Amino acid sequence: MVKRWVVILTVLLTGGSLYKLYPGWFKGDFSSGWKPALNLGLDLQGGTYLKYEVMVDQIPKDASGKPTVDPKEAVDRAIEIMRNRVDGMGLKEPLIQREGDNYIVVQLPGDKDPDRTQRTIGATAQLAFKLVSDRYNAADYVDAAGNTREPLPDGVELMFDRDTKEPMLIETPLLMTGEMLSDAQVDFSGSQFGEPEIAFDLTPAGGDLFASITEENVKRRLAIILDGVVQSAPVIKDRIGGGRGVITGQFTVDEAKDLALVLRSGALPAPLEVVNKYVVGPTLGADTIRAGFLAAVFGTLAVLLYIGFYYRVSGLIADLALIFNLVFLMGALAAFGATLTLPGIAGIVLTLGMSVDSNVIIFERIREELRLGKTVRASVDAGYKHAFWTIFDSHVTSLITALVLFQFGTGPIKGFAITLSLGVSISMFTALFVSKAVFDARRASTTLSI
Amino acid sequence: MFSLIPNKTDIDFVGRRHIGFALSGFLMLLGFYAVFMLATGKAKLGVDFGGGANLTVILKQPVEVQQLRQALGSGFQGADIQRVEGASTYFVRMPVASGDSADVLLQQIRDGVAKGLAPNAVVEGSVEYVGPVVQQQLWQKAIWAIVISLLCILGYIALRFDFRFGVGALVATFHDVLAVLGIMVVTGHEFSLLVVTALLTLAGYSLTDTVVVFDRIRENLKARRTEPMAKVVNDSINETLSRTINTSMAFLVTVVALYFFGGPVVHSLSLALILGVIVGTYSSIFVASPVVVEWNLRSPAKR
Repeated sequence: MVKRWVVILTVLLTGGSLYKLYPGWFKGDFSSGWKPALNLGLDLQGGTYLKYEVMVDQIPKDASGKPTVDPKEAVDRAIEIMRNRVDGMGLKEPLIQREGDNYIVVQLPGDKDPDRTQRTIGATAQLAFKLVSDRYNAADYVDAAGNTREPLPDGVELMFDRDTKEPMLIETPLLMTGEMLSDAQVDFSGSQFGEPEIAFDLTPAGGDLFASITEENVKRRLAIILDGVVQSAPVIKDRIGGGRGVITGQFTVDEAKDLALVLRSGALPAPLEVVNKYVVGPTLGADTIRAGFLAAVFGTLAVLLYIGFYYRVSGLIADLALIFNLVFLMGALAAFGATLTLPGIAGIVLTLGMSVDSNVIIFERIREELRLGKTVRASVDAGYKHAFWTIFDSHVTSLITALVLFQFGTGPIKGFAITLSLGVSISMFTALFVSKAVFDARRASTTLSI
Repeated sequence: MFSLIPNKTDIDFVGRRHIGFALSGFLMLLGFYAVFMLATGKAKLGVDFGGGANLTVILKQPVEVQQLRQALGSGFQGADIQRVEGASTYFVRMPVASGDSADVLLQQIRDGVAKGLAPNAVVEGSVEYVGPVVQQQLWQKAIWAIVISLLCILGYIALRFDFRFGVGALVATFHDVLAVLGIMVVTGHEFSLLVVTALLTLAGYSLTDTVVVFDRIRENLKARRTEPMAKVVNDSINETLSRTINTSMAFLVTVVALYFFGGPVVHSLSLALILGVIVGTYSSIFVASPVVVEWNLRSPAKR
């Protein structure tokens, strides 16, 4: 008898897998063609992976030397800010998560301009308003190459202009920070030639502060400093009320947009350092996916042909079981929302190799039983019965290592572990039960091509 | 019935076990040498374990590595530049201090190619950077993964076999992992996370091959209590020979496909697996069972 539950389960799993892989088909939309609905890893579609360490020891300290933000909170806040920046850049399906205590992992599949992304989301964006010294002249202390010739006087620090690289001596007292900003936008109206500027709005308190700063320092240069680089240092002509200001400079439109974005999203509570980075261009991703696809197709074909040739009709039955294994595995990947990586594809190919092992073990046993002169029915039953525990064992050992790899693996290795462990588990069902069901269906026949 | 292996073989594997022991001894020595090289930091490491930057650049036109090196100038003297066979894709491996300097390198390559190899140009580049912190974390993870899988395998063997067979299976598994590690390191392949992955996968797989033979030995030992163990073991190996070879062949065709078509990223993974299948098949015939026999000859166990 064909086991009924095997047939029902096979039909359900096939339907479920196809539904998950090709959801469009079931709504009458065939535009996806044969392209399955699988998440592709960065290695396959290109994109950016960044792991940042939040430098918690560099959180600004208050007068008593205590950090102004709790380190744990600082990481959470940094994640929040980075999320706003990523959203502001319009990147799709971003993944930003905390790892361990001080690490933040950012994954941006399909990121087309990784340099710009990194500059923008990783910028500390500490905005500072300070006065340019009018007592000392930078040229007296710094040579043309920007090296300090003499020790700087007390109360000033050396900074450089973003565009002209001109050295400037800036007075240490911090007059205002970016916290007083309520909004920042790109503006083209201010300049004569339509160059982009960043117009910022201040909070009410910020507006009052800015008014009094400008009132007290008329005729002096006010440096607007972002992460230690002077963006612009205009001369204050008059008291600026109304809580608005602009940052001018030689910005491209994109630079201005990004700068406005980081100002809007606020400063990170502490600087970040890239500790791990993986940036893949789209062409390379496309090359990799082609290689993975070819390997999968040739690997599958090789195994199907080998088994079909070696075991004839029985081999074709094993091939059928293999194809079910492949469909269920892909379906499971889609259902779990797992990410397919190149090592993941390797895992699929290996699964097929291991799965076919089970059929080899069974078939060799059946051959032995036939040689002993048993009937086809008895031989098939004995083959499956004797091979069961051997196959069970072989799957368990592979599953053990796959699960350990899943636990400890990162990125692509995890992808490998996922496909391997799912594939091995599914293979238990397809190799032992699905193929047996086909043999059972042909029970009446007294000959067996094996 | 089509068969690669004749139905009835009668090869004296057990009698010739000393040849196997000698070869295996050599392979394991290679393995220990590799472990020593890794421990002393002399083995070639992938960017994940070794740190630094790994840049991949695709050029418009393929050029020789030598030409590319010349175009890049003195800044890249210490770089390890490799070309993907027959393609215009190159890997440039360099030690760098930070993630930002990795980007700088990529820009320098773009500039160098544009200047020195014009009208050739970099079509696309990709950057992988592993800092010292992450490098350390990856080592830790890898070592944990290895230790825990070995413990799990050990536990599994203890549950599944009695003591002597357990030791035989364990020796064979260790043998396979060490041998493949040894061959990979000695032939100058990079030791990377993917190689560790391959080694662990192969540990699981190699055990499978051994299990098939051991199951048959135990079945036969029960049925043929009066015969000498060496004879029973040898017959069992012969009886399962066609299975042992055939399962490996099926697995081998898939990894070979992976090796030839899977692209440079999975080269090391598939190569380690190819070696693993070959060594694993050999060891389930020449190592696992003979160890049990040898032990029994020296101090016979009750059956």
